[in-house]
This record gives sequence, structure tokens and C-alpha cells, in this order.
Amino acid sequence: MRTNHKSISLHAPLAIALLALPFIIDALFGHGWVRIADFALLYIMLALGLNIVVGYAGLLDLGYIAFFAVGAYTYALLGSPQFGLHWPMYVVLPLGALIACGFGVLLGAPTLKLRGDYLAIVTLGFGEIIRIFLNNLNAPVNITNGPQGISAIDPLQIGSFSFGSSYEWMGVRVDDVHLHYYLFLAFTLLVIFVSRRLEDSRIGRAWVAIREDEVAASAMGINTRNIKLLAFAMGATFGGISGGLFAGFQGFVSPESFSLMESIMVLCMVVLGGMGNVGGVVLGGVLLVALPELFRNAAGPVQQMLLGKVVVDPESLRMLMFGLALILVMLWRPAGIWPSTQRRREFDADDSVLHQEQETVYDASK
Amino acid sequence: MTPPSNRLLELTGVGKHFGGVTALADVSLHIHRGDIYGLIGPNGAGKTTLFNVVTGLYQLDSGSFQFAGQSYTRCKPHLLAQVGIARTFQNIRLFANMSALENIMVGRHLRTRTGIWGALTRNAAARAEERATVQRARELLEYVGINCAHQTLAKHLSYGEQRRLEIARALATEPKLLALDEPAAGMNATETVALKELLQKIRASGVTVLLIEHDVKLIMGLCDRVAVLDYGKKIAEGVPEEVRRDPAVIAAYLGGEAA
Repeated sequence: MRTNHKSISLHAPLAIALLALPFIIDALFGHGWVRIADFALLYIMLALGLNIVVGYAGLLDLGYIAFFAVGAYTYALLGSPQFGLHWPMYVVLPLGALIACGFGVLLGAPTLKLRGDYLAIVTLGFGEIIRIFLNNLNAPVNITNGPQGISAIDPLQIGSFSFGSSYEWMGVRVDDVHLHYYLFLAFTLLVIFVSRRLEDSRIGRAWVAIREDEVAASAMGINTRNIKLLAFAMGATFGGISGGLFAGFQGFVSPESFSLMESIMVLCMVVLGGMGNVGGVVLGGVLLVALPELFRNAAGPVQQMLLGKVVVDPESLRMLMFGLALILVMLWRPAGIWPSTQRRREFDADDSVLHQEQETVYDASK
Repeated sequence: MTPPSNRLLELTGVGKHFGGVTALADVSLHIHRGDIYGLIGPNGAGKTTLFNVVTGLYQLDSGSFQFAGQSYTRCKPHLLAQVGIARTFQNIRLFANMSALENIMVGRHLRTRTGIWGALTRNAAARAEERATVQRARELLEYVGINCAHQTLAKHLSYGEQRRLEIARALATEPKLLALDEPAAGMNATETVALKELLQKIRASGVTVLLIEHDVKLIMGLCDRVAVLDYGKKIAEGVPEEVRRDPAVIAAYLGGEAA
């Protein structure tokens, strides 16, 4: 992360490419794909947040989408006709992040003593609780509008500048999907920056130490409770920001956007891309958003061409291919497509026995 | 009798049981500042349990212990590390996938302050602290005699080096009492000699050492005082020469009514 000439010469073309990307995508594939790129950025933010909890601190969280939901509903409730509130984005987004952060601590606190499978089950339950709450908070007092969700949410807007409209500058038409792309890109870069800085710090080392051996970490004076809560809180904060942006972008939220499947999807991005490595997680996010879309668009026409009719519904084929891809990656690149150096070491075949031994010793001494 | 002020660690009637198994029964002992204190006993005598009680991994069921004049009954491991008790583990528990240097840097966690804000902004204070942490970690690697590349993973170090790295990591927390759980286990003769020299160097630097060991020669040659545990009870305590001749100790080790 240290700035030097090499990194500038590397980053400048990357920056230009990222800025030009929505126009390139628009020209090559059409408008719909820019929208998909926007979603990819939202998911990358989510995946990076989860990466702090799962990748750095090694706490398996299966209910992560709950924080996304909290952020989204905070934005939706404070910026829609639901309560007639139309608070500005620069108040609601941070507030959503803060509330999500609070929920992160709320979830973290009772699960501090749990590890592995047990933690996964409890977090899974937490994710479902949030979703079911959102689904049922329409009676006796209507807060969330229940399964109908909240619609007509205010667009992301700063002053009179709305990311939800089109503008024309110097003869170039910039659509809402492009504007959202730049806004989300800015937030994603911020999240990447925060992740990288934390990773390479006293706090990041403490997270890794906890992942490696919690007992030894506490014996070395690390307050494992606080450091784990910090991981939950940071991860949840990123989820909350992403959720707020999602609500403003979609203009509509309903509980079904926050199902267990979404949590698993985000976890897959982290695991497939490469746990603990920011680059890998970004790659995982891009792949898992883009490939299914690509497949959905391609599966129908290909069948039509080869068989003369659509035999299998593209939607169900999509899940099939997704499962297959997961299995293949786990077989050939168990540490992820682009793992952190540390994780790759952990998966070195010759060390797995040692690792197993240590796990057993840990469990026995507990 | 020594004046209590000279006692760094003092256990009073410490008991610990797991279900029906009594691991420690009414153990009382005290460790003087600046000593190397040996703890020996047959397998399953409760030595490691005693360690875990003193370092906060287990909560004791009865009695209490005093460290540096402060009394503890229930205390978290990280708080005991804070007041100056650091330990190593019988089965090496390094952060296996972190480098040797990083392992020691984790040990510095306790004595450094950088929080989220410092980590994000990398302000002058945070950078200075990080530099000092790396510097100290390098010194400690050298101090315990590990001459590997700093980036070598802990798990790729030789066995003896892993043991010494654990000691370095513990020393990084700036302990008053360094508790070593069988540091010589699995070492060859040369490594054991080097370990002995290291422990003497640590004592000379003013750190008190609590040592569990099976290598009787090492204990006798190194320790100022020794306690013997058997079936969770302290059966002897004193200078090594006395303890070696103690009939109860001989019976415990050789079995039956050998004395």
C-alpha cells in the first residue's frame, strides 16, 4: 500500500479504466449491464465487510445480509412517503451505517464464546430474525409495510443533484446508472482503503491472531471480546452503507431481498474469491454477479440454437452451474481464486495435518 | 521465611476440579522475585492445570492467588497478561501462519495503543509505534537466538526455534513472570543447553521464571526453588537438593514405598 512510482504507474491506468468502464460496458453490452455493474459494486462492498468478519477474524457469519437489510430499511424508512420523512442522503447513510454497526455489536455480544459451526448457526438465525421482523412489522403498528415492502424511496441525492436522473455535460449524456456507478465506486474504494489499512495494523494482526489461535491470542494480552466485537461492528458498518445505497438505487425494498440465499451468496464471494485478500474478494464479487447474469442471458438462446427449443429454464440452470463452479473452485483452488498469501499457506497440503492436530489440541483443552 | 514483599506470586489453597476429577487440591506455594521456580511431578499431576489457573485460562474453584501484591480469583487471560504474567504452551501454540516477526508483534499488542483511527490515518504516532514494534520484535528474535529470515512462517521453523519463538512472543508482552510449560520437551541435548543459557539470560534481565519441566537435570541445574506436585497435591517444596532427597518425591516418581 505504500505509495511509490511503481504503484502510481500501476494505479493510473487502473483509475482511467475504472472511470471509463460504465461507458465501455454501455457501448458493448448495453444499458442493462451498467446496472449489473452497479449491483456488482454493492455486492463487493458487502463482501469486503464480510471479509473482515470471516476472512480476517475467522468468525463464520451466515446472517450477514441482516446488516445490509438494516442499512436498506433505515434509508427506506427515513427517505420515503412511508412516514413522510425525506431526510437527506448524507444524514441517512451514516445513520444507517451506525445502526447496522449497533446491530453488529448486538449480534456479536451473545456469540462471543461460540466458534465454528455453532457461531454459523446462531448468525444464520440472527439473519432470519431480522428478515422475519421486517416481514411482520406491519401490525399492530405499520412500520415496515410487511411483505409489500417500501416503495417510492427517495433517490440518492446531494442538494439538488440527484443520482437518479440523467444529465448532459458537454454533449455527453450521463445516465442514472452511470452516476450510481461512480457513487458506488467511490464508496467501494473507501471500503477497500479502510480494509487494507486495518489489515496491515495492530488491529488487523490481532484479528488474524484470533483466527489462528484464540487461546494463545488471549494469553498474549489481546482482549478477544473487544477485538471480535470490533470485527463484527466494522463488517456490519460496511453492510449498512451498502444497504443504504441499495435502497436509494432501487427505490424499493422488501424483506425478500434479504433472504438466507443472499447471505450465502456474499459468503461465496468471499470464499471463492479468496478469504482475507481484498483483491480476491473484489474479484469474487465481480464474478458472482456477472457470471450468473451472463449465463441467464446466454442459456436461453444457446438451447434454442442447439435443440430448437428451451428445455431447461435458464433460471434453474443458473443455480446448477453456480453449484458446479463452487465445487470446481473448492477442488482446485481451495483457498480461493486469488487468496491472501497467508490463507494459501494454510491450505498447503503438507501442513494440513499439522493444522488439524492443532485444532484437536485446542478443542481438547477447552 | 522470606518477607511477603519479595513474593511475586503466591498461591493460597488453590483447588480445581473437572467433574469428579480433582486436578488441584489445596495447593499453596510462593515464588520469589527474580527466581527460576521449577514445577515438577509425574504426568497428570496437575502442573499444566496450575499454569492454566495462574494465567486465567481456567477459573479456580477454591482459594486464590496473589500476583505482585494484588489478589485474584477470577480473571481473564488478557488482564493477567496486562499485569505481567506471560506464558508458553506445552503443545506449541504459535500463530502458525503468521511470520516469526508477526508472532512477536502480536505479543506487543498489549503494550501498544494504535486504534482504528491511527490505523486508518497512519498518523505520526501510529507510524512511530509500528516502527518501534517491528524494531522490538527484531531485537527479541535475536535475543532468543532465532536467525531465520523474519518473514519465515512460524510453522516452518524448526521445533527448537518454535519453542524459542514462543518465549520471544511471551517476552514481548513485558512480563514480570514468565511461565514456561515444558520448554525443553522434544529438544535435543544441544538445544536444551541453549535453552538453559537463554533462561539464565532471562532471569538476569530481572524476569521471574516459572518452569514446568520433565528434564530433571535441567530443573536441578537451573532452578532456585522447586515444587513437586502429585495427584494435584504439593508433596514437596524447597531448593532442588532437598527436594531430590525427599522421600515423598522419590515415592511419587518410583512408586510404592520406595523410601
